[in-house]
Amino acid sequence: MEQNAHNEHVHYDAEASKIGMWLFIFTELLLFGGLFIVYSVYRFMNQEAFHLAAEELNTTIGAINTVLLLVSSMTIAVSTTTLQLKKKGLTLFLLGITVIIGVVFLVNKYFEWGAKIEHGIWPGSEHLKTAFSQGEILFFGLYYVMTGLHALHIIIGLIIILFAAHRVYKGTVNENRAALLENAGLYWHLVDLIWIFLFPLFYLIH
Amino acid sequence: MHKEQAANMSNYLTYQGKYKGLLGWITSTDHKRIGLLYLYSILTMFSVGVLLGLAMKLELLAPGKTIMDAQTYNSTFTVHGVIMIFMVVVPGLPAVFGNFLMPIMIGAKDVAFPKLNLLSWYLYVAGVFLVLAALFFGNGAPDTGWTFYAPYSFKTGTNLLPAVFGAFVLGFSSILTGLNFLVTIHRMRCPGMKWTKLPLFVWTLYGTAWIQLLATPVVGITLVLIALERLFGVGVFDPALGGDPILYQHLFWIYSHPAVYIMILPAMGAISEIIPTFAQKQVFGYKAIIASTMAIAFVGYLVWGHHMFTAGMSGTAQYYFSLLTFIVAIPSAIKVFNWISTMYKGSINVQTPLYWAASFIFVFMIGGLSGLVLGALATDVHVHDTAFVVAHFHYIVFGGTGFAFMAAIHYWFPKIYGRMYDKGWANAGWLVFFIGFLALYTPMFYLGMMGMPRRYYDYMKEFQGGNILSTFGSWILATGLVIIIVNLVKSARHGTPAEMDPWHSKTLEWQVSSPPSVENFDEIPEIAENDGPYNYK
Repeated sequence: MEQNAHNEHVHYDAEASKIGMWLFIFTELLLFGGLFIVYSVYRFMNQEAFHLAAEELNTTIGAINTVLLLVSSMTIAVSTTTLQLKKKGLTLFLLGITVIIGVVFLVNKYFEWGAKIEHGIWPGSEHLKTAFSQGEILFFGLYYVMTGLHALHIIIGLIIILFAAHRVYKGTVNENRAALLENAGLYWHLVDLIWIFLFPLFYLIH
Repeated sequence: MHKEQAANMSNYLTYQGKYKGLLGWITSTDHKRIGLLYLYSILTMFSVGVLLGLAMKLELLAPGKTIMDAQTYNSTFTVHGVIMIFMVVVPGLPAVFGNFLMPIMIGAKDVAFPKLNLLSWYLYVAGVFLVLAALFFGNGAPDTGWTFYAPYSFKTGTNLLPAVFGAFVLGFSSILTGLNFLVTIHRMRCPGMKWTKLPLFVWTLYGTAWIQLLATPVVGITLVLIALERLFGVGVFDPALGGDPILYQHLFWIYSHPAVYIMILPAMGAISEIIPTFAQKQVFGYKAIIASTMAIAFVGYLVWGHHMFTAGMSGTAQYYFSLLTFIVAIPSAIKVFNWISTMYKGSINVQTPLYWAASFIFVFMIGGLSGLVLGALATDVHVHDTAFVVAHFHYIVFGGTGFAFMAAIHYWFPKIYGRMYDKGWANAGWLVFFIGFLALYTPMFYLGMMGMPRRYYDYMKEFQGGNILSTFGSWILATGLVIIIVNLVKSARHGTPAEMDPWHSKTLEWQVSSPPSVENFDEIPEIAENDGPYNYK
């Protein structure tokens, strides 16, 4: 991304890379924005049902996941600082922690979804269609779509972080060329931020 | 600046990189080569779209079944729409001329992210193949119309999923192009190229890029929801499960109306370059054109509801959307005044691009004013979902963007290929095309007013007169198209070598050799305080 392949002049513009990432974050926000609109419309139309359905969700796991993501946002933020301080080992360690936390988040999500599916609650399931009201069907439909899309973004974020860590390890991302790591951090914060909205919307508001 | 000879040794067309031949093109991150890759892929898809359109017009030559049954007709207009919207007019001007010219116009050697630029093209091709897969596999081609309206889009037995996914990928390609252009325009302008010295085509690309970036993700998620609805039955748009199909329409048009401005803004930009060049006069109201560009980009977000006046919406919302629709027409009208005032007392050099630009203004005005008929609440109820709507948006999208594309290709052709085309044949092609266009779409206004609905393969006998004229028009138009394309293809190979600045234009792309060298500039140019893109004496 940061160099021209077809000619010899090496062009590195950290500012451009960062603007690019911010613009990409705008599009991601609008991608989720569409879903948040759908959520608010149906919450407004089915207040009772959304209230009932939300009680089915496990607030403890949700809260643990929230804390996990906040901590991981901190570790990746610190890693960009340690890179500036030329502490490569510590940077890689912090990135490792971030990745592990991301994976733990996904494992939690797996068990959370697993438990729901065991109870026969998944989009299109017979149990959901027969035993629940329309509002609750919508709630669980949105729950799966929004947390699922968010989990997909966690996976993308992890891949970007691993890629950045690899470059840090090789030394091509260093204190003078830190844009890739900073962009990975920005993206991870976005993933974190979206969860900060998903958590109260699905788990907390009653 | 290059000497003519040195330029021919190492221009971007003949440049020999790591790979030879086709591989040298599809692995190139040179913005000019990527622009041409888009040109060829878009022209290929355009030809497919035209053939489908001709088939539809042939079907409508007579009432009842002429060459295809209802189901085939439904699939034909769906695929025609998907191809023309997502693969031709949305990427059209920005991906082809934006890629080729924008970096040169701002005095840069390439876009900010050349590899990302190439990736956008690959995504475009992937999207094309996904949509085409929907035609050849599964239970027949999609028949929902290009709008994929719920709930039919997850009830139809046809093979819709690849088409929806393809549209999503095409949207992603469009987002990345927009992102790339925004960063490029912000970061890579040459010294002295202030915002108030940017060529207007670059300004319109800038406005377009913001729309691509901020509107496309909304349709992206909407298409994802349709796919999930089909796969799992999530319920969000399914009335049987409590969902609301009207919400689908809202989300769809939140993107797809701004998308209309993605199509038309760069077209307006190209016209704003061509008219001063051939009037040989400073463009009238440079800042007014910029302001109206940004106003269109902004207000264009807020008018989506006018697609849904008959779909079920509160009266208040209808007034609001109708009012905003009238407001968004104002900046477009400002531009028309600017173009005409630029020509006024100019020293007009009548060439093929100017014929196209002038006919653009003509058809664009008819298209725009007929849009107000649809934007007004009472008249919309009368002509909604009739041939009138089809005539309106073909006047805007084909007449607007299509004519501007033709104007642009005839304007920048000498720069792109370093050769001139045969002007006589080019003018003849324009005339035939223009007559065909008017004959094809004008009767549809009349037919729509008389009540002929759109999207039917059949019609009542009373409508046959208009339909025969329209079908004849489609043949004339196709003839014009063949003349134009044959002329351009022949000229690209055998035309007389073009000068650096055959039209005596002042923008930067005409100050480099034709065709440009691989790096565009030997030295990054510097714009002096008194220089400007339209400084004609």
